[in-house]
Amino acid sequence: MKEDKGGLTRRDIIKGLAALPVLGGFAIGASSKRSHDRELKESILKELNIEATAPPSSGPMSGDPVRIGIIGFGIRGKQLARAAGFATKEWIATMNENAQTNKNDTRLKDFLGQEDLNIRISGVCDLFDVRAEEAIDSFSTEGFIPKRFRHYSDMIASPDIDAVIIATADHWHAPIAIDAAKAGKHVYIEKPMTHTLSETYELYNTVRASNIVFQLGHQHRQTQSFLTAQDIIKKNVLGHISLVQTNTNRNDDNGAWQYTIHEKANEQTIDWEQFVSNRGPVPFNKEHFFRWRKWWTYGSGLTGDLMTHDYDRINTIMKIGIPKYALTSGGIYTHRDGRNVPDVIQVSLEFPEYTSGTSQESGKEKGLTFLYSATLGNGFNRPSILMGHDATMELGNQLTIHAERRSTRYQEMIENEVLDPEVPLYSYDPSSKGGVDGVTSATAKYFANRGLMYTYRDGKRVDSTFLHIREWLSCIRNGGTPSCNIEQGFQEAITALMSTISYKLGKRVEWDSEKNEIVNPDGDDFDQALTV
Amino acid sequence: MSYTKSQLSYLVILRMLIGWHFLYEGIVKVWNPEWSAKGYLMSSEWIFKGLFQAMAEYDGPLMVIDFLNAWGLTIIGLFLVLGFFNKGAAVAGATLLGFYYLAHPPLIGLESPLPTEGSYLFVNKNLIELFALLVLYAFPTGHIVGIDYLIDKYRGKAVSK
Repeated sequence: MKEDKGGLTRRDIIKGLAALPVLGGFAIGASSKRSHDRELKESILKELNIEATAPPSSGPMSGDPVRIGIIGFGIRGKQLARAAGFATKEWIATMNENAQTNKNDTRLKDFLGQEDLNIRISGVCDLFDVRAEEAIDSFSTEGFIPKRFRHYSDMIASPDIDAVIIATADHWHAPIAIDAAKAGKHVYIEKPMTHTLSETYELYNTVRASNIVFQLGHQHRQTQSFLTAQDIIKKNVLGHISLVQTNTNRNDDNGAWQYTIHEKANEQTIDWEQFVSNRGPVPFNKEHFFRWRKWWTYGSGLTGDLMTHDYDRINTIMKIGIPKYALTSGGIYTHRDGRNVPDVIQVSLEFPEYTSGTSQESGKEKGLTFLYSATLGNGFNRPSILMGHDATMELGNQLTIHAERRSTRYQEMIENEVLDPEVPLYSYDPSSKGGVDGVTSATAKYFANRGLMYTYRDGKRVDSTFLHIREWLSCIRNGGTPSCNIEQGFQEAITALMSTISYKLGKRVEWDSEKNEIVNPDGDDFDQALTV
Repeated sequence: MSYTKSQLSYLVILRMLIGWHFLYEGIVKVWNPEWSAKGYLMSSEWIFKGLFQAMAEYDGPLMVIDFLNAWGLTIIGLFLVLGFFNKGAAVAGATLLGFYYLAHPPLIGLESPLPTEGSYLFVNKNLIELFALLVLYAFPTGHIVGIDYLIDKYRGKAVSK
């Protein structure tokens, strides 16, 4: 090659910088692609104007420890105690083993990393000796032994208890909560709030007349996405919502409430008389004691047990209140094991006056059906969906919205191909860094749907029950009203009871909002229908 | 190394194409603050599943991985296009592709959750691109067409003087 004397030749420059036109092309291509995507995304986000916010955290846990009494230390009672920071020795041992065999099982680590809520478990009341003793044994510390109360009323009367967590069978929720409220003890109560109509009114009036902090155990209220979902409804992103569909799908014995009967269960270890004392004489039956959810005498069926979670979640974001009508049908189609609560159920709740706004001419904005469909014979995941004239929202930990092809609001955007009804127009994933995406890629949507994106948040699993109990404790310490207070509880209870009454009596049940009561033209004994 | 005209042309074009691909894959990640390798890592399969999931489990290490991925792809892409430090860029690019391949290898019995546009068995486009980079490593062109050529030229001159 010819040696050049005065520096680089033109040929050298071409060989050395051959890439420059390529890079120029790249820069033009990439930036126009970027601005195209941005324009699409921003025009959608601007149109929707959704404020994606996480719920504020509850207040400080300072001051003296709140002295808690746990009433009911079964499966749920133990979960609530753990959420409050107290695990049994047995659970810790099992989780330790699990963590050693499966590195991905971080339940123990997550529990140990949980914030200290500054409480003391001062008393335990359970009608089964084994459970009560397990609690006492596990929660005793040097110099402090929680007291075992044989009867809940003794615990409520005790000056050493500030607040109670009620996780009994459903037929004891309200009676205990009523007595606790009368005695000025704060109440955290498991769902469903009540088992009969009369006790619903009594509990409502008692709590209202008291100064206690009352929280109903619908922990879904703590879901990160619910404020964002509320804003989506408020901004009328979905248009007039005419149908909300929620579901339960379970296909295993545990999900069908076929719980283990403890080997030490017998008439000596269980205070059976107390268990049935508000339901008339029933001969000792250990299956009833451990699997009470299977019988109306003690349990509330799919309507009270599981529909209440979905109803309360929708009520949180849509403020639907008590339905005008409830119509329920179902049957026992899989678990023919002597139970009398159905294992397949469909509930239609009608809200003819409900409106969240519309994009259409007036007259098309009123009326909503809330449909709950449940089976304990199939586990296929059916998501909760809110179906509006303009868009459909899938509701879970993350929110996904698809535009309606025939939407009024998005008509122009769909015509201009700014919006593709096949692709989510909005998705909110509280675990991702920014949380919000306008037009998500197929891959991102895939991951979101599989739950891979939010299994770990801030490096930790977050337990919504922990947040729910924390909120209750914060209100006890710092004032304020918990999110699932007695007003919300009343709506939940009446809605669940209307649905159950409809199933039991085989007729449509109507609510009179003026009189604040269920219409009863045939003179039915609703409480009787609910408990047999 | 000396090439025929057509050998050189195709090698340089291949280098530019792979460079372009890396550069764009990198730059979209740099531009998108919400992008994270988390989903890709968490859904990993095969024997390295545990390793990849451990990488994605905590925010600290994940941030480093996200940063290295986005900027690594960008810089490797830029170097390949420019013909600068090409052997190193080819090896670094092949290493990244190796990780992508191992996280989701198209083996019998592994159902990758990733949507794909084609059908793959053992061999997928990550693997092909990986070996294409190794070809570029074995047949470098940056010293003939690229910044490296200019550097050689400058150095050569400096040495001869």
